[in-house]
Amino acid sequence: MAGNDASTLLGMADIVKRFPGVVALGGVDLDVRPGEVHCLLGQNGAGKSTLIKVLAGVHRPDEGVITWEGEEVHFAHPQAAMDMGIATIYQELDLVEGLTVAENIYLGHEMSRFGFSQRRAATKSAAALLKRLGHPEISPSAEVGTLSAAGQQIVSMARALSHHAKLIIMDEPSAVLDAGEVERLFHVISDLTDEGVAIIYISHRLEEIRTVGDRVTVLKDGKTVATGLPAKETPTTEVIRLMTGRSIEYVFPSRGTVPDGEPLLRVDGLGRRGEFHDVSFTVRPGEVLGLAGLVGAGRSEIIETVYGARKNDAGTVEVAGKKLRSGSVQAAVAAGVGLAPEERKSQALLLGDSVATNISMASLTRFSRSGIIDRQAERTAAIDQVESLDVRPTGVDREMRTLSGGNQQKVVLARWLLRGCRVLLLDEPTRGVDVGARSEIYALVRKLADDGVAVVVVSSEIEEVLGLSDRVLVIGEGSVLHEAPADQLDEHQVLDIIMRGDAA
Amino acid sequence: MSVESTRKSPDSEGASSVGAPDVHVKTAGESAPPAATVASASRNPLNSLMAGSAGRNLGLVIALVLLCIVGVATAGDRFASVDNIMTILRLAAVIGVVSIGMTFVISGGGIDLSVGAIVALASVWATTLATQTMAADFHWILMVFTALAVGAGCGLINGSLIAYGRIAPFIATLAMLAAARGLAEIIAQRRTQIVTNRDFIDFFQASVLGVPVLVIIFAIVAIIGWVLLNRTTFGRRTLAVGGNAEAARLAGIKVQRQTMYLYILLGLACGLAAVMLMARTTTGTSTHGGLYELDAIAAVVIGGTLLSGGRGTIVGTVFGVLIFTTLTNVFTLNNLGISTQAVAKGIIIIAAVLLQQRVAARRGSP
Repeated sequence: MAGNDASTLLGMADIVKRFPGVVALGGVDLDVRPGEVHCLLGQNGAGKSTLIKVLAGVHRPDEGVITWEGEEVHFAHPQAAMDMGIATIYQELDLVEGLTVAENIYLGHEMSRFGFSQRRAATKSAAALLKRLGHPEISPSAEVGTLSAAGQQIVSMARALSHHAKLIIMDEPSAVLDAGEVERLFHVISDLTDEGVAIIYISHRLEEIRTVGDRVTVLKDGKTVATGLPAKETPTTEVIRLMTGRSIEYVFPSRGTVPDGEPLLRVDGLGRRGEFHDVSFTVRPGEVLGLAGLVGAGRSEIIETVYGARKNDAGTVEVAGKKLRSGSVQAAVAAGVGLAPEERKSQALLLGDSVATNISMASLTRFSRSGIIDRQAERTAAIDQVESLDVRPTGVDREMRTLSGGNQQKVVLARWLLRGCRVLLLDEPTRGVDVGARSEIYALVRKLADDGVAVVVVSSEIEEVLGLSDRVLVIGEGSVLHEAPADQLDEHQVLDIIMRGDAA
Repeated sequence: MSVESTRKSPDSEGASSVGAPDVHVKTAGESAPPAATVASASRNPLNSLMAGSAGRNLGLVIALVLLCIVGVATAGDRFASVDNIMTILRLAAVIGVVSIGMTFVISGGGIDLSVGAIVALASVWATTLATQTMAADFHWILMVFTALAVGAGCGLINGSLIAYGRIAPFIATLAMLAAARGLAEIIAQRRTQIVTNRDFIDFFQASVLGVPVLVIIFAIVAIIGWVLLNRTTFGRRTLAVGGNAEAARLAGIKVQRQTMYLYILLGLACGLAAVMLMARTTTGTSTHGGLYELDAIAAVVIGGTLLSGGRGTIVGTVFGVLIFTTLTNVFTLNNLGISTQAVAKGIIIIAAVLLQQRVAARRGSP
């Protein structure tokens, strides 16, 4: 599939990349021509980021051939890819905020003579690059930290050009931009392609791909499922079908009937400036509410605000009819709310401590009398939780970091079950959890709901939200786009709602 | 930049987590490497023993025993006498109390450079003419309360600035270091204030069954410290805050308040140390507690408390203090100068930290 004709700038054929226990890329084909905008589409976990890192020289592929201008190449390290003419603009920009624009552009290949940096020359050529990108208003001597996200992105692009890049990879460049900035970005892109620079453009927004793209390659589960599709003509339904056709099936527990009753959690008109606005929903005991949406849609922000980990600007959160103090985790926890955060390792766990310590963390006062912890009671309670949630291995004295992702997640759930929480907020509950353990987590969540817990699940995997929830809110661009019972929605519809950006 | 983009979010594809496997791929491959290193550590029984807390303390015991052997070999009975051992312990008591407090602050992810200055200020404040006159009229316990209050007050300022003012602990306590010692000089007008209250001196210089009161105080503080750190919710929260402040916050722990308590606790320890120093030297002066911050941090670190927080050991700290004090004693008995002692101290700190890192690497931590 990867053409080797003269018109191909970059060719990738049958690229395979394995990590311990997983095949991240299982046969990727891609060919990019000079001066084209080649769009890369795929759901989260389809292998886009691994593919980018292979191209950037961060990962070396285990199998397959990469050709550059017709010749086979191997990138031993990121510098090699850069020297070849491939520049990557990561979503999280890798700029040094304390340095100036010019210093950032020439970072690593400073202009110097006899070891003295030639600041004037660097400033001048940085200004030329910025002008070429259509942004002469950015001063080369401005500190990068003072620029907007859009400005920083331009600096990253100028840096790419300073390396004489012939291929620029842009990872969701529009995610941090507003509509006007996106417009200007497209101008920059078309100027670059006119000069023969090729772009690999990654975005979730189909309308952008239609506007700026030439050809589309779709990845799914680490494989190329279609390549070289015309960006402007391929029907949306076809693209979505290619993205969603699944090869792995998870077992979702069957839904019970949600008992009638007063909502336990009531969120009304919740908003945070610049993140999300006017979010309202209720969850009854025994109900699982899913928030579906893409990365950056504001799902995690919403759930963390409900929990009080972020302070809301507008709206209220009520648990069992009692209003929670805004921006107070303690108030939420005291009211019986628990959060299993998105980043388990950095936000939830004490990796160097024991399983028991991690489980009892939120319930310490229960095991203490005048401040002294009854370690026997603590341990017994932890063992009970480990047994009932089937955490393996079972030892509660094990160091947390030695557990697998799925078992670490169970420990986080155990923490809140031990606290006796009534409202459980789960942010990406199966991230880093392997296939087998996923079904267990799903079953566990359903069992908790059956026991009367009100559950809110956030996931970027639409299938997961649909399979696990009773009711689903579709979130896009920081607001609720659609609400429906989970069995009345399918993956296509949800993706469609998200990509259209409004309610169907 | 928005919170989402600064906080590292693996669900943004192509995040800059260089070298990490695609987090979203459906496996727990990331947990494999630590598991492997743990397995290799347990294959070697000595290694796994050294990796445990018993092993770390064993290393400290060996170091202390070696020092004692050197002491006996070079100074004979002058070293191995009850009197000399009590001298060592009395010297260790003052810095020991500070080090116990420092263990809490460091375990909680902080650092305090102002301990020496706080000791000086507390000693001066508690020995001013005004304080001593009141103490003479009422009771010497007033001097003790004054010193404790000054220490706790300084700790409160440190803790508030760090926890609520969000000033880096290094900076906040550096400022306190300068300000507290300056204030001590102003109050004392750079003069050494003599403790005139005989009852105060008699009480603290006394011995019970041959053990100096100062040493008994150190022992009590160490025991309370051990219980507090290892057996109470306060200690558990301290380690949680030091190990992963964000996780502690999201588990409902009041991270800021806990942080402030830690500095107040250390301030109290400094106040107590000032009282002990006043009794030992019968003076209060702005030069008391010189370089205590370095001695305390060194003792805590060689004891095995992680400088990054999350793991603390009172027993280790006690050994750390004893090792340094014994070293000083052995050197002094052999007429080796302070400069030589400083060089030896430096070498010991580096050796201990290198050892700690190797142990940490075996445990599979980053």
